[in-house]
Amino acid sequence: MSFLILGKAPDALAARRSFIGKSGLLLSGAAVALLAGQEALAKDGKSGASDVRILNTALGAELEAIAAYQLGAQSGLLQKPVLALALTFQGHHKQHAEILSKTIAKLGGKPVAAKDKYRFPTDSLKTQADVLRFAATLERGAVSAYLGAVPVFHNSDLAKAAASILGDEAMHWAILRNALGEVPVPSAFMA
Amino acid sequence: MIRLAGMLAGVALALAAGSAPAAANNAAPRGDPQAGAAIYARCLACHALAYDRTGPRHCGLFGRRAGSVKGFHYSEAMKRSKIVWNAKTLDHFLANPLKAIPGTAMGYAGIANRKERADLIAYLEQANASPECRKSPHPQQ
Repeated sequence: MSFLILGKAPDALAARRSFIGKSGLLLSGAAVALLAGQEALAKDGKSGASDVRILNTALGAELEAIAAYQLGAQSGLLQKPVLALALTFQGHHKQHAEILSKTIAKLGGKPVAAKDKYRFPTDSLKTQADVLRFAATLERGAVSAYLGAVPVFHNSDLAKAAASILGDEAMHWAILRNALGEVPVPSAFMA
Repeated sequence: MIRLAGMLAGVALALAAGSAPAAANNAAPRGDPQAGAAIYARCLACHALAYDRTGPRHCGLFGRRAGSVKGFHYSEAMKRSKIVWNAKTLDHFLANPLKAIPGTAMGYAGIANRKERADLIAYLEQANASPECRKSPHPQQ
């Protein structure tokens, strides 16, 4: 399987580390944008409430993604380089959740909390490939979810921040597809 | 930036071209469940067929009153909507969820293309008749 390439290609690892560093910068930018949007939103109650609802739905999905990667990490099915990748992606989702939660609170909303228990299709997760495919399914869905959310934010700073997260999810999806030996980017456009 | 603007304009044109024939024809297009399965991948950040996630389960959807899955935390707007899900109400909702039910937690722009909506609904109908959904509980409030 092509994910093994990650373990034996120092260039790829270096590139990944570089990418992780850059995406951290990207999220910092998103964080600034999210927080910067606070005042504008506070002035528009109805639009602000709608934006908070969208953010809260995104937060719920991010919290589930964190739990899903935890399940994968603890499954014992992931080899070392893949496990490291999964934990890196989980870390991104934690950062997404943190900034979403803080923004919702700053906008006067109540951030949803992580559920005590999530239901996952554990019966079908028997191999590393199964775990990767499951993660890819969630990431692909997340790309569409953010794509559908971006145009409905009333505040353009929030839309920009959501698009920043969308980009990160899309990279996760592409890398997971690559690890599964699938074409990493199967189409020119996403829906 | 100009290249990006050009690309986006191209996407907009492609989207418009895709929806124009459906708009000119009032008859609902026949949905293709197989094509709908691919479209359903867009829903999988939040939904599953057999169990609740960020969004409610889709098994048992047809004939179910909106906001009625027991134990799922719906928006007040969804609970008040009095919608009963069928092909027609789903088509209306999926076209623009926030316009169909203002206040819904489904902060999603919708599926503008009518044929894509028909495909998705056809997939959901097929999935609801599948063994996975038949053996899945459909608790309603």
